[in-house]
Amino acid sequence: MTSKDDLQMLREMVKEFTDAEIRPLAAKIDENEEIPKELINKLAEVGLLGTAFPEEYGGGGFGEYGFCLAQEEVTKACGSTATFIGAHQSIGTNAIYLGGDENLKQKYLPDLTAGKKIAAFALTEPEAGSDAFNLKTTAKFDGNKWILNGQKIWITNGAIADVFSVFARTEKGITGFVVEKDFPGLSVGANEKKLGIKGSATNTITFDNVEIPKENIMGTEGRGFVIAMKTLDAGRIGIGAASLGASKEMLRLSVIFANERKQFEQSISKFQAIQFMIAEMTTKIYAMESMLYKVAQKYDEHKDVMQEAAIVKLYCSEAVSEVADIALQIHGGMGFSRELPIERFYRDARILRIFEGTSEIQKLVISRKTIKNNGEWKI
Amino acid sequence: MKIAVCVSHVPDTATKIKIAENGKTIDSNDVTYVINPYDEFAVEEALKTKEKVGGEVVVISLGGEANKESIRKALAMGADSGVLLKDEDERDSSSLAFALADEIKAQGAELVFFGKQAVDFDNSVTGQITAELLGFNCVSVAVAFNIEGDKVIAEREIEGGKEVIETKIPAVITAQKGLNEPRYASLKGIMAAKRKIIEEKNAISSPNKTEVVQMKKPHGKQAGKILGSDASAVPELVRLLKEEAKVI
Ligand SMILES: Cc1cc2nc3c(=O)[nH]c(=O)nc-3n(C[C@H](O)[C@H](O)[C@H](O)COP(=O)(O)OP(=O)(O)OC[C@H]3O[C@@H](n4cnc5c(N)ncnc54)[C@H](O)[C@@H]3O)c2cc1C
Repeated sequence: MTSKDDLQMLREMVKEFTDAEIRPLAAKIDENEEIPKELINKLAEVGLLGTAFPEEYGGGGFGEYGFCLAQEEVTKACGSTATFIGAHQSIGTNAIYLGGDENLKQKYLPDLTAGKKIAAFALTEPEAGSDAFNLKTTAKFDGNKWILNGQKIWITNGAIADVFSVFARTEKGITGFVVEKDFPGLSVGANEKKLGIKGSATNTITFDNVEIPKENIMGTEGRGFVIAMKTLDAGRIGIGAASLGASKEMLRLSVIFANERKQFEQSISKFQAIQFMIAEMTTKIYAMESMLYKVAQKYDEHKDVMQEAAIVKLYCSEAVSEVADIALQIHGGMGFSRELPIERFYRDARILRIFEGTSEIQKLVISRKTIKNNGEWKI
Repeated sequence: MKIAVCVSHVPDTATKIKIAENGKTIDSNDVTYVINPYDEFAVEEALKTKEKVGGEVVVISLGGEANKESIRKALAMGADSGVLLKDEDERDSSSLAFALADEIKAQGAELVFFGKQAVDFDNSVTGQITAELLGFNCVSVAVAFNIEGDKVIAEREIEGGKEVIETKIPAVITAQKGLNEPRYASLKGIMAAKRKIIEEKNAISSPNKTEVVQMKKPHGKQAGKILGSDASAVPELVRLLKEEAKVI
């Protein structure tokens, strides 16, 4: 297990790295709608593309807890970069880690955790968004290989991934597969034009009779949906971390601004209206941080956190949207200007309430268990 | 080759310093301590040298338990082992060098890197005194370093230019900004550091030759003067720069 000292050192290292390598590029990443390859290489080099995974698979060995610390720091500078890392590690690679047998893990994890290869997680389809179970992509077994047909949409890292964790319908239900970008028949659509996290590539992936070697199945046939949902537990906790990091940064910037900006011959931080806004932000951040690390720790202890991950995802993604709104309000016209990063944080925050399950879907997950427990508190 | 790096654990330059009640030390409450920035260049150069010629890098720090943080940072960057010379008392540069020299000798290190100064007391002499005590050659304020066999070539900054120095090991090098670009402690490095040993020893004692009698905060900045906002203010500005500020 990692000790407090190691986690502290991890946070400091990521902060140092983020300040020097990511923050200076963040506005450009948004404007050019692309994360420079050199930055991806640097992230790989220091180990930030494998933070959570055990050292035996080439990972950092810091667990979900350490991953969250790192995501928090990265998101303080750049939501696009955090989204890229999250999709690669927390869902793309994690599906293989959670669902694959030992051979599959040995085949893919070392390159993925080292960042030599980039992963994506492909679940969503035109007719299967919130209703992910309704997916139509099919995989048919043909002697010694699987034949994959169908289409996935909204796939983060689609344009830059080498490896896709794909979920498809097979005879026995939904099954997960590892599909490489170079398998013939796989094609990647243009980058989607988005409101925020513009540097993170989002693409349609089409499979036209893609042959998958039979050993690339994740675990056993029919287990795919369980794997996808388990993977999303980690993904949702990671979104909590991204929400927290962005919120802390916006709070910091807002307080600096409120102290410096003078109106009516005094700093605007002297007005109770602004003080109350800062109190709101602070309280939300405190709540986010408290729940996030509690659940991350439980995840690392292999406890069932499906409901709690949904709570973290729901609360933190909603809270960061409110924090962004307050931060923009405190900054007045400057908050609306592209001269400062606030408007970028405001735009980047919005996706957090949508992907990896909308807020409404989180509420379904949360209430389902509570109702099943007859309202007894069992967390 | 055994390479030693001496690192200091100093207040982060971004923290606000308060003077303690005794008027002779700083109030360390609420102060964040970090590895001395110049020592990061020293660690990097030691690691690069090890990568080139082989051997091992030992990190030495004198101070309290907290100094382990800076040692661990150097271990996470890639140093092989650490030594904490335990001593909670304030030492001057000479007393510090005395204890460091003793440990460097015990380690059998032939090449020693220091930062050119620690950003707490800014004395800029510990490396040089240590070299003197050990009878090692010394190049201070190095901005470039190379080793071929037992020959050391280093460049140092001097007023208005650079000086290239050739000497031999055993040697002490003190690192200046620009010597290299310190690497990040990677995630693997942080984990590997857990398995590396930090040996704790009592620092040998040596009397201080100097004593801090008083610490004072610098005078606050005086308010600026605005002479005008267009070209008509220039003659007066030039006069003041010449006669009052005496800078032109
Ligand atoms: C930028 C971006 C990146 C993404 N990255 C990935 C990725 O890497 N991999 C991947 O597989 N997917 C990804 N997605 C897809 C994402 O997970 C889906 O967009 C999301 O789950 C919602 O699905 P939908 O867009 O089809 O919305 P819909 O499901 O059509 O929902 C529309 C609205 O209806 C509501 N709604 C739907 N069903 C219910 C219900 N039962 N009760 C109440 N309300 C309901 C929703 O909450 C929402 O408000 C990404 C999406 C975006 C925008």
